[in-house]
Amino acid sequence: MLKFVKNHMESIAGIEIYPMISLLIFFTFFVLLFWWVITAKKDYIKNVSNLPLDNQNDDIL
Amino acid sequence: MEMQQFHYDNKIVKKFLYATIIFGVVGMAVGLLLAFMFLFPNLTDGISWLSFGRLRPLHTNAVIFAFVGNAMFAGIYYSLQRLLKARMASNLLSNINFWGWQLIIVAAAISLPLGYSTSKEYAELEWPIDIAIALIWVVFGVNMIWTILKRRQRHLYVAIWFYIATFVTVAVLHIFNSLELPVSAMKSYSVYAGVQDALVQWWYGHNAVAFFLTTPFLGLMYYFVPKAANRPVYSYRLSIVHFWSLIFLYIWAGPHHLLYTALPEWAQNLGVAFSVMLLMPSWGGMINGLLTLRGAWDKVRTDPVLKFMVVAITGYGMATFEGPTLSLKSVNAVAHFTDWIIAHVHVGALAWNGFMAFGIIYYLIPRLFKTKMYSLALSNLHFWLGTLGIIIYALPMYVAGFTQYSMWQQFNPDGTLVYGNFLETVTEIIPMYWMRAIGGTLYIIGMFILVYNVIMTVKQGSKVEDELAEAAALERVTKKRTSGEGWHTWLERRPIQLTILATVAILIGGIIQIVPTIMVKSNIPTISSVKPYTPLELEGRDIYIREGCVGCHSQMIRPFRHEVERYGEYSKAGEFVYDHPFLWGSKRTGPDLHRIGAKYSDNWHFNHMYDPQSTSSGSIMPRYPWLITGSSSKLDKSMTEAKMEAMVTLGVPYTDEDIANAQQNMLDQGAQIEENLHNDPDFAKTYEADKKYASDNGETFIEMKNREIVALIAYLQRLGTDIHVKPEQQ
Repeated sequence: MLKFVKNHMESIAGIEIYPMISLLIFFTFFVLLFWWVITAKKDYIKNVSNLPLDNQNDDIL
Repeated sequence: MEMQQFHYDNKIVKKFLYATIIFGVVGMAVGLLLAFMFLFPNLTDGISWLSFGRLRPLHTNAVIFAFVGNAMFAGIYYSLQRLLKARMASNLLSNINFWGWQLIIVAAAISLPLGYSTSKEYAELEWPIDIAIALIWVVFGVNMIWTILKRRQRHLYVAIWFYIATFVTVAVLHIFNSLELPVSAMKSYSVYAGVQDALVQWWYGHNAVAFFLTTPFLGLMYYFVPKAANRPVYSYRLSIVHFWSLIFLYIWAGPHHLLYTALPEWAQNLGVAFSVMLLMPSWGGMINGLLTLRGAWDKVRTDPVLKFMVVAITGYGMATFEGPTLSLKSVNAVAHFTDWIIAHVHVGALAWNGFMAFGIIYYLIPRLFKTKMYSLALSNLHFWLGTLGIIIYALPMYVAGFTQYSMWQQFNPDGTLVYGNFLETVTEIIPMYWMRAIGGTLYIIGMFILVYNVIMTVKQGSKVEDELAEAAALERVTKKRTSGEGWHTWLERRPIQLTILATVAILIGGIIQIVPTIMVKSNIPTISSVKPYTPLELEGRDIYIREGCVGCHSQMIRPFRHEVERYGEYSKAGEFVYDHPFLWGSKRTGPDLHRIGAKYSDNWHFNHMYDPQSTSSGSIMPRYPWLITGSSSKLDKSMTEAKMEAMVTLGVPYTDEDIANAQQNMLDQGAQIEENLHNDPDFAKTYEADKKYASDNGETFIEMKNREIVALIAYLQRLGTDIHVKPEQQ
């Protein structure tokens, strides 16, 4: 994808680094995200997903 | 642990629900009227403020911002308080949010039919209303974040992240797309021109779908589907991945609205790549919503709330599968500009947004009034009418879309178009437009049933405006408790940091796509023969914008053999450098107009605007008599110099001399067109008779050269002629 961007932005010095940086940021972010999601404790997840159900005076008569 | 007592604010939820229902009826009714205008083009004959071009933006804005917008606020104000165990931080801000939003809607409902429009899709409102939207939106955001800070529940449930992302992104999109230079109280020009304007507009337009119609409703799905099914969401882990990948990918997808246009190739490909990837988080969300019903499918048989939500999520799945498919260049070549797109957006609006809103209404109304729904049977009837309505709406539009493209691109063996006359491709699909109108009718009948059912329920119930609840106050988090927690758990306790990270995620996509196109001149090859519009053409262009011509006519010839054969030389980026705003359009109910200039005589345009059926038998274009006769036809030239000066500020090279001579220039060009019109003996006869009648009766007579039609003809005759291609006759 870089080649599509690069040719049009030659006038800005060192611009090629931008897409690389953003790719790296997001790659790292999503790796960490998946890592956390996979390793999260089961009872924590259970606790949190029950949040909407944890309410008072919710029933219809 | 000390328990605190507090009250949930149900009154604000109730108000937003009522507004949802009222504007739902209005938005759908206008849509239905428009659907019937395809069948009876002169249904509102001669009434300028009820003409198709002006009502179309009213329909889209009413459905998106009034119906879906109010439903979104109702759902957020209900769920946010309960998820945070806190009343909304400020009653005043809640009410400013409510009344401000309704005022904006009313302002839109008045200004759009009067022709005050920027012509940029879903952002048609003029600059004072844009400012009001920004202010009210900030009020909503402040109220939400303030409530989050006062919460009694430490962890922010995934629904709230979606709300935060909605707030942040819509603010960014709205501000950047609405950057315009005011000329007068209700007229402005987009600061961007041509290709750049198109890119910013569709970055906005696509993300209005993403962050106004999708993310808030996904948040609502994550709250209301578990509530209605009485079980937690299928996978909370999946919802986390869903959230981050969705907001990151969505923001890049806009350019898929501009495939094969004059937009630089790299931006088109970037849009396609991200659109295809979007399938993953979208379907992740859909699966998460549907599987929440695991073990509860028996309830779907009996509970209308769940029925509506299941069809809503299924509709979401269908629309988000179709979206990436449509963004593939080969599919897009077929679908773009046809009714396929109308089918696609209505699966989204009618099924996903509409049915989710109905599900929420049927869930909330009994709870806000401590009673049951008045009639379960009526709720079920609404469900079936609505579902049938969606199918009868969408299927014929798919058929219409395929038919249109198939007819547009067929060649005879000798190299001529099989359907050289565009009108043949319109009359062919009239039966489909009939079925669409029937589908829409069923859907709105369902809506009326909802109105009746809600009124009867409210009558039998007793309202609970402030609902008592109790919860423990938040304690300070100790180091001990947080040791060993993951970074995302930390983030979920930190609303501000979460907001900032979400903003960064959406800004990167926006910046990478838009900044290069705007900053680097070489992206838009200039064409030396392209000159700014004359003052009269500029006024004509503003009439084109006011009448919403862009709703049915594109100005973008794609580089396809059949389009070049039909319309002429394909459109180049450099031809639009003075177009503030761009007018490429997104739908061809009528033919493309980019090379219409010099194709027909001035008389043809005159007769066509007065009575399209007289020049093009079977045409479904409405008449525009108010541009031609009566006092409304007088061209307002008082702002011309100011408009030109605004253009100069935006970089259009008008000289001081051009501006000083604007009035004379307009008279000269108008007189030339008036003279051309006299070539038609019928015109000359009628015109002279009218002139005589006026002078005999002492009425003021507006000379033809000073009428709006002349400015419009001047503009149309200029279109696409600057590159000096020989216009092809159809």
